[in-house]
Amino acid sequence: MPDNLTREVRLMAENGSPVPRTEPAPPGVPQQAVFDVSGVAVYYGDFRAVRDVSLDVRQHEITAFIGPSGCGKSTMLRCFNRMNDLIDTARVEGDISYHGVDLYDPAVNPVEVRRRIGMVFQKPNPFPKSIYDNVAYGPKVAGAKGNLDDVVEEALQGAALWDEVKDRLKESGMSLSGGQQQRLCIARAIATDPEVLLMDEPCSALDPIATGRIEDLMVEIKERYTIIIVTHNMQQAARVSDRTAFFTTEVNEESDRRTGLLVEYADTDKIFTTPDDERTENYVTGRFG
Amino acid sequence: MALTTPASLGGGIAAEQVRRQLTGNRSDVSGKAFQAILIAALATSIVILGVLVYDVAQTGSGTLTGRLGDFLQGSLRSQAEASGILQGLRGTFFIGVFTVVVAFPVGIASAIYLEEYARSTRLTRFIDVSIRNLAGVPSVVYGILGLAIFVKALGSFTGPDAQGRSVISAGLTLAILVLPIVIITSAEALRAVPAELREAAYGVGATTWEVTKHHVIPYAAPGILTGTVLALARALGEAAPLILVGAVTGFLSGGTGMSLDSLDERFTAMPIVITTWAGRPGADWEQATAAAIVVLLAVVLLANAIAILLRNRYEKKRG
Ligand SMILES: Nc1ncnc2c1ncn2[C@@H]1O[C@H](COP(=O)(O)OP(=O)(O)OP(=O)(O)O)[C@@H](O)[C@H]1O
Ligand SMILES: [Mg+2]
Repeated sequence: MPDNLTREVRLMAENGSPVPRTEPAPPGVPQQAVFDVSGVAVYYGDFRAVRDVSLDVRQHEITAFIGPSGCGKSTMLRCFNRMNDLIDTARVEGDISYHGVDLYDPAVNPVEVRRRIGMVFQKPNPFPKSIYDNVAYGPKVAGAKGNLDDVVEEALQGAALWDEVKDRLKESGMSLSGGQQQRLCIARAIATDPEVLLMDEPCSALDPIATGRIEDLMVEIKERYTIIIVTHNMQQAARVSDRTAFFTTEVNEESDRRTGLLVEYADTDKIFTTPDDERTENYVTGRFG
Repeated sequence: MALTTPASLGGGIAAEQVRRQLTGNRSDVSGKAFQAILIAALATSIVILGVLVYDVAQTGSGTLTGRLGDFLQGSLRSQAEASGILQGLRGTFFIGVFTVVVAFPVGIASAIYLEEYARSTRLTRFIDVSIRNLAGVPSVVYGILGLAIFVKALGSFTGPDAQGRSVISAGLTLAILVLPIVIITSAEALRAVPAELREAAYGVGATTWEVTKHHVIPYAAPGILTGTVLALARALGEAAPLILVGAVTGFLSGGTGMSLDSLDERFTAMPIVITTWAGRPGADWEQATAAAIVVLLAVVLLANAIAILLRNRYEKKRG
């Protein structure tokens, strides 16, 4: 990675200048890495939830995390925007760097991290505020002044929700259906125009049509964003992602609890057609467990 | 059963069987008994409360209907028929003000710090347990604390001409008495804020202060309000610590000033008036005591009513 970009990121963290935008590399040339993860383990108190994760997430790509329930996909995803800081018992070991900057360096401000790395959570969690305020909140705390109507409309369009809510922007976000709430959360996340979007099963509450729209959206916006998506839907991972990480769980010797680990990380085509690891093959072909 | 047999039994019979299963009343004896116990417990407390209030109102009705104006505006006297509770009301009013002005902000701020800012460490857990224990300390102990600090040590500030035995000392003492209650109930209300709400706000890059101000406090406001008003009611009803900080039990000249200058004079308060009068012999005093109790109850109910109105407003906003 070029040194100047690293310096740029460092500077940004200090004076809050906008997210750096780079063009996607031309076909054939590998994209730059946004995240470099090496030897990461995450603990909740004494319990090691996931271990031995090493991977790099490339810019302008969609990276999918798949694996059985409880293997630490959400836990791992929440490391990328320091969301695990909010859980007192959670502890991250190993290195995660963002454009070459150690994300867990004490000098890094998690608030700045989260402005650049947006998140859509597993359970829809709109604010108990109006639809408009839900979407406008991120830009507002980031310091946006004046009329945010255009920002709100664009984000809602992007999340394929605009047509359903354009006449009721003043109504509470809580009054929407589960699937609409999830799209509202997606709109809220993209309204701040982050560089990276972390999506934890964003489509689990959506019907096939809305799911299709969100998938289209992801493919459309990867020109601009880098996306990491957790999904239980194999077809979805195969359809939208460029690269796929397969996690699984193993029983601990010390305790009965299961620790998750990264089994294989490769191009999505390879994971779904000719995986190296038998466990991956069993999982993607539905022979797991 | 019905699911596996309809083909062989024919539609009508299956439907009949299903109906029987669906309408059949399995007797839930223990459930019913439990419900009866709950209702009985509730009824008991309501009846006891009702009898008490009725009895007091009955006894005090003569005074309250006969000379309400004089009673509310009169001073402490040696005859029951001439006595009034203005000095007591004034003392209780300022004690309430001190609680609201001192204990509420300090208590709510402490709770916010403990819940939203401090990480859970051994020290914060120790502080948490200590506060819980403080809430259980008998109120006389707070009275002794108030006597030592506000009356003796700080007497020249709290009441230069009253040897420190002023409503300032009393108000501060009771503010400290209810502080642990305010902290605990506020912390409880903050803990009830869903983690998802905080995550949502942190997730779009809000700072801890923004998350707290925009999301956590509005969500927790109804709960905080309920807890703080309970604490206020507690402060208004305490008598023991007031005796220790020098509330006047007999004759009091003055003690009606509503200006800030008058705060360092000697004082009395409603619970003191009530306990003193209750100790005096004769039906006249009994009536006056009952009337004073009714007034104090009305004051506390008023505070509660305001709190409920405020809470409903916040809850509506919370949506
Ligand atoms: N806040 C927490 N405190 C303690 N343990 C936790 C916490 N959150 C998750 N865990 C544990 O960490 C492990 C991984 O959980 P995680 O939520 O990351 O799994 P997941 O792969 O996202 O599963 P799913 O597909 O069901 O969402 C689980 O064993 C879970 O019990
Ligand atoms: Mg998960």
